[in-house]
Amino acid sequence: MSDTLVRIDDLKVHFPIKSGLLFDRTVGYVYAVDGVSLTVRRGETYGLVGESGCGKSTLGRGLLRLVEPTSGAITFDGTDVRSLKGEQMRLFRRRIQMVFQDPMSSLDPRQSVESLLVEGLKAHGLHKNKAEAQKRLRSTLDSVGLPASALSKYPHEFSGGQRQRIGIARALVLGPELIVADEPVSALDVSIQAQVVNLLGDLQESLGLTYLVIAHDLAVVRHISDTIGVMYLGALVEEADGDQLYERPLHPYTRALLSAVPIPDPRVEDRRERILLAGDLPSPANPPSGCRFRTRCPWSQTRCAEERPELRVFDDSGQRVACHFAEDILSGELRPHEVHAQLVRPDAGHTPDVGNELIVTRTDLPAP
Amino acid sequence: MPLLDVRDLSVVFQRKGTAPVKAVDGVSFTVEPGQTVGLVGESGCGKSVTSLAIMGLLPRRGNKVTGEVMFEETDLLTLRPQELRDRRGRDIGMIFQDPLSSLNPVIPLGVQVAEVLERHQGRTRQAALKQARELLDAVGIPDPARRLKEFPHQLSGGMRQRALIAIALACKPRLLIADEPTTALDVTIQAQILTLLKELVDDSGTALVMITHDLGVVAGLCDTVNVLYAGKVVERAGRHQLFREPRHPYTDGLLQSVPRLDVDRGGRLHQIRGSVSDNIPWPEGCAFAPRCDRVIDDCIGDTVPLEPTRAGALRCTNPVPREVPV
Repeated sequence: MSDTLVRIDDLKVHFPIKSGLLFDRTVGYVYAVDGVSLTVRRGETYGLVGESGCGKSTLGRGLLRLVEPTSGAITFDGTDVRSLKGEQMRLFRRRIQMVFQDPMSSLDPRQSVESLLVEGLKAHGLHKNKAEAQKRLRSTLDSVGLPASALSKYPHEFSGGQRQRIGIARALVLGPELIVADEPVSALDVSIQAQVVNLLGDLQESLGLTYLVIAHDLAVVRHISDTIGVMYLGALVEEADGDQLYERPLHPYTRALLSAVPIPDPRVEDRRERILLAGDLPSPANPPSGCRFRTRCPWSQTRCAEERPELRVFDDSGQRVACHFAEDILSGELRPHEVHAQLVRPDAGHTPDVGNELIVTRTDLPAP
Repeated sequence: MPLLDVRDLSVVFQRKGTAPVKAVDGVSFTVEPGQTVGLVGESGCGKSVTSLAIMGLLPRRGNKVTGEVMFEETDLLTLRPQELRDRRGRDIGMIFQDPLSSLNPVIPLGVQVAEVLERHQGRTRQAALKQARELLDAVGIPDPARRLKEFPHQLSGGMRQRALIAIALACKPRLLIADEPTTALDVTIQAQILTLLKELVDDSGTALVMITHDLGVVAGLCDTVNVLYAGKVVERAGRHQLFREPRHPYTDGLLQSVPRLDVDRGGRLHQIRGSVSDNIPWPEGCAFAPRCDRVIDDCIGDTVPLEPTRAGALRCTNPVPREVPV
């Protein structure tokens, strides 16, 4: 049994932008995930962090092929996931289950908890006899801390934290090896968040699960993850184990991200140095040339615009970083400079093109 | 004299055929000129309803607001709608959580900023637009002249929130109420907005009421913090005091249950058991008692009063003991 459970190699997920009056024409692509390589070891928690629009959710979905990757390879426990077809893929998904962010919208309000849980069992042919299935449901509910009486209830009868437990139970009931949790606690209140985080930890310990946790909250991710990958605009910019990342962030984006997270302690807050990033995330439809982060980076140099940095191993610690100047920034040789905010439009990149296309198409129409 | 003095504010929602819901239950706090006061609590604790009640923004029907909201000499709750409209935007500005739904999607941004100035300062459209450009510039929106003609959907989330701040501060209000102003934003954008708010508040001497669920935001920003639970203030203290020495078990539990970036990651997070009770009306006595580790017999039964302490105020019969000073 190899140590590596999941290997993702140069995965790309591009969404076409369609336009045209009569025929759909592709006028561009949204580069949601653009060349990500990572490995998840068996039994560990891999945390993916990044801001909205960085492609972390798309990467998780791409792994399960809920969105079809454009290119790249996914190997799960020796199986080439991308070569699986139809029914094979459906059955394969038993081994990778997903927990979603919003427990209200990811649970069918008209299905009882029993029905929600049994559905998965039936789909995978695990519902052979009723008594056994019932036993399985009860033990699963028990493991997520819900009473057996929950089976006959409906999602609206539960609180937010309990709903998330149902979501976790639904993933667990099939006995998966990997759980992809997309923002599992961000919809929950702080006191409930701690309960769910602890539950995830307990389950990992007792069932030997492997997690891929996708979240924007760096503090939560650091708490539960063994390895953390930081994403920015479709690419992994840094990867390290949790403590290392906090103690020695190498990538300028990671540094900014860490310094932006508010810490609930006034003594720390008053003394902290903040790296304030100028402007907003560029549009993934029209990413900057070279390094994706250079438009907001206080350390950017001319080389950054010309050459896209590879994710490279930094030193013996195994920390990986995608920055040309990581060494110089760390040693303080390279000083930060001022960055002026650039205009970023939510629809930048493709809208002007679409507009032009439309005008051209219209003048082509024959006069009535 | 405090700028804003909220006394015993209660909001009860009533609907025919259902039991009345007491969303805010006797909340009192004061805001001094130039001070930043935080209202912290989890969803359903009544923090947003409190702010809406202060501004007179709750619908007229179906709810009962009692108590006093003294803004300088006037009780805002007794004002007629017309008088209240004169004050909103001029004396008191407000920033909401979701900038996209607080801006009108079919009106250019410039007009929305200018509107406030026209309404309250009697500017002409042209003069107001000119000032609007300066305001957008002041809140750090690049190329403001062009932005004036644009619509909210053309701006990013952070820019929209900046625009809202510009609108709220247009008439230099003496009080600004910010209801979860950064919750919908990414952390790096949140840091930008918080820094901006802090600068603007420091420069203009505007008092700020910050409503948030994020203890980290409070730690960096607020002078005084009110912790709310189930519609009541359970603890009030200066921020240093509150974070160093939380007395209410709820505050203490909250602080311990947040994973922190600057502390070595331990095994399990401290957790508060259960969740906020749905049993409305809340039982007499302490609403937190069913979840509390320090619950004693006295917690159940009589209403626990908010008692003044050296640090502020506390509503608890069996508080977390104060650490013995070394």
